[in-house]
Amino acid sequence: MDISNYIYLSAILFTIGAIGVVVRRNAIVVFMCIELMLNAANLAFVTFSRIHGNLAGQVTSFFTMVVAACEVVVGLAIIVAIYRSRRSASVDDASLLKR
Amino acid sequence: MTISTNLVYFIALPLFSSGLLLLLGRKADKWGHIFATLVSASVFIIGVIEFFAMQSREGEARAATQKLFEWISVGSFQVDAGLLLDQLSICFVLLISGVGTLIHIYSIAYMSHDRDRRRFFAYLNLFIAAMLLLVLGDSYLNLYVGWEGVGLASYLLIGFWNEKPAYAAAAKKAFVANRVGDVGLSLAIMIAFTQFGTVTFAGVKEGASGASAGALTAIGAMLLLAAAGKSAQFPLQSWLGDAMAGPTPVSALIHAATMVTAGVYLITRSNFIFDASPTAQLMVVIVGAITLLFGALIGTAKDDIKKALAASTMSQIGYMILATGLGPIGYAFAIMHLITHGFFKAGLFLGAGSVMHGMNDEVNMRRYGALRKVMPITAATFGLGYLAILGVPPFAGFYSKDKIIETAFDSGGIQGILLGIITLLGAGITAFYMTRVMVLTFTGTKRWDEKARPHESPFLMWAPMAALAVGSVASGFLLNSGSALVNWLQPVVNENQEYHSEHLLPPIVVSIMALTVVAIGVAIAVIKYRTVPVVAPENVLGITKAARKDLYQDSFNEAIFMRPGQKLTAGLVNTDYKVVDGLVRLVGWVVQISASNLRNIQNGYVRSYALIMVLGVIALIAAVWMVTL
Repeated sequence: MDISNYIYLSAILFTIGAIGVVVRRNAIVVFMCIELMLNAANLAFVTFSRIHGNLAGQVTSFFTMVVAACEVVVGLAIIVAIYRSRRSASVDDASLLKR
Repeated sequence: MTISTNLVYFIALPLFSSGLLLLLGRKADKWGHIFATLVSASVFIIGVIEFFAMQSREGEARAATQKLFEWISVGSFQVDAGLLLDQLSICFVLLISGVGTLIHIYSIAYMSHDRDRRRFFAYLNLFIAAMLLLVLGDSYLNLYVGWEGVGLASYLLIGFWNEKPAYAAAAKKAFVANRVGDVGLSLAIMIAFTQFGTVTFAGVKEGASGASAGALTAIGAMLLLAAAGKSAQFPLQSWLGDAMAGPTPVSALIHAATMVTAGVYLITRSNFIFDASPTAQLMVVIVGAITLLFGALIGTAKDDIKKALAASTMSQIGYMILATGLGPIGYAFAIMHLITHGFFKAGLFLGAGSVMHGMNDEVNMRRYGALRKVMPITAATFGLGYLAILGVPPFAGFYSKDKIIETAFDSGGIQGILLGIITLLGAGITAFYMTRVMVLTFTGTKRWDEKARPHESPFLMWAPMAALAVGSVASGFLLNSGSALVNWLQPVVNENQEYHSEHLLPPIVVSIMALTVVAIGVAIAVIKYRTVPVVAPENVLGITKAARKDLYQDSFNEAIFMRPGQKLTAGLVNTDYKVVDGLVRLVGWVVQISASNLRNIQNGYVRSYALIMVLGVIALIAAVWMVTL
């Protein structure tokens, strides 16, 4: 199988994630889309690692996973906090910085 | 040249006193006037000592110099602050400090009711210091410092009663008119430096002999402009009449001993330039001749006693400037007239001040009359000054003015005859207006204000007047006996001894002609002013109306210089506001508008930020992709 297909898959996943972030209002869904983008990047890293024949990409993907795990913790905490105070998980409702 | 160490005191003493009185403020109120007068007197005494010391030396050694310090040292531009006391300067030093001291004494009494008398004396001393620096500087640049100092001191003194807006405006007018002349002096200095590489009198003199005619004429013309500003000569004479706003002793000081004589000094000091440039000389003569008649005509119509005397000063300085334009012999006669004029004009002004003092500061001569009986001393001293300015023998003016008329006639050709006639005419008009002042003030009927209680002035006022009257009587004879002054000044102004002895008319004929003209002037005035209406008549000749308005000089200046100048500055301000400020405001406006539009991007919605980020990344990748392709 052509190894470049992994890259195409990675690109498609990233695009789906990016579109999801832009078009969806629900914070949880936006959050999952971000996870999707991160994992698409991971997939690309691993693929490139394979292509180049060294482990740098795989190592980087571990780092990404760690960062993603942290981000999940903090992000979910924020979402829960916003939901508690505003009774809504819509990202459009959290637009107070404008003022 | 003799090296001296005393010259610095001439300037340092009055300058120190002036600074002291100004810094101490009201603490010095009690003794300030006495102190300033003593300082002025001591300067005069030093002057006398130096004068006798100078007489004991012979020839080249007579002139004394003192180097104070190295002032400017930039590349090839080397100027030392140095002083030069030669035969010409000493005349001025004695006149300035002598007459200045008398005016100080007079002012003690005249200003006794003024709460700012100390400040007045501080300014007087400043004036003396500046004027002495002007005549003692050994280079044009040093002279320039004194020149500006005189301008400053005159501004302060003319505007001494600056709580009255008109007086403050008069001070400003004098200052501005002087600035125009100052520009001339600075240009002359710059041209001299570019041409000769030095600005000392000695250096310029050396360079002048080999310089091009054009450069010399340019320097001469600029020096003449400077002289016209300081000496109130045409076309910069308009400030002089308004300068009467100052207290009367100031008028006496400005008009007799200092300030207006600076222009004559400048031209005389620069004799080597004018002698080498006939064009510049001709300009000097023309300016002198115009001013001579100009001032005399204005003098005939003024009802304000001080303004009549001011116009007379203008006219008399015109005589001096005319004489300086007549070549080597003229300088000496100009200085002689300057000294005699210093005595009689100071006497006349102090007399006018004395009259005003007794008449509640009334200046309108139509409200005077018959003051001879109540002010006998003033009338007598004023009368002696009057005879002197008329040129009646043996009073001072006779010797000096007749010499100028003679020299004018002798200057040769049509020019000589023309100048002779102008100077004669000036003498006649002088006789007319001075007789008018005399008749209106001291004789005739009483036309006083009901509240006026005229009285003779105190001793401190009439004593200086008497001293000046003695000078008005004797100075001409003394200076002229054995051509004393001419010989004295010869090393400075006439090194080559070019006296031409051919006379167009014998001196005695000139004297008789002058006296005849003077007699006619006096007779007309006496007949015309047998009765004097208190209100100036309106149905008068056009020339009188013009003379009352200073021959429209102010209107002319206003129409030609002031209004267009105002338009120009208004236009420039407008340009500045619209173009320069406009550009600045445009930049601000663009930033403001674009910022308020860009602000819309910051809408607070996370999703739109994300979209912009995505689009940005896509644009970035696209750009990189395009470049690498």
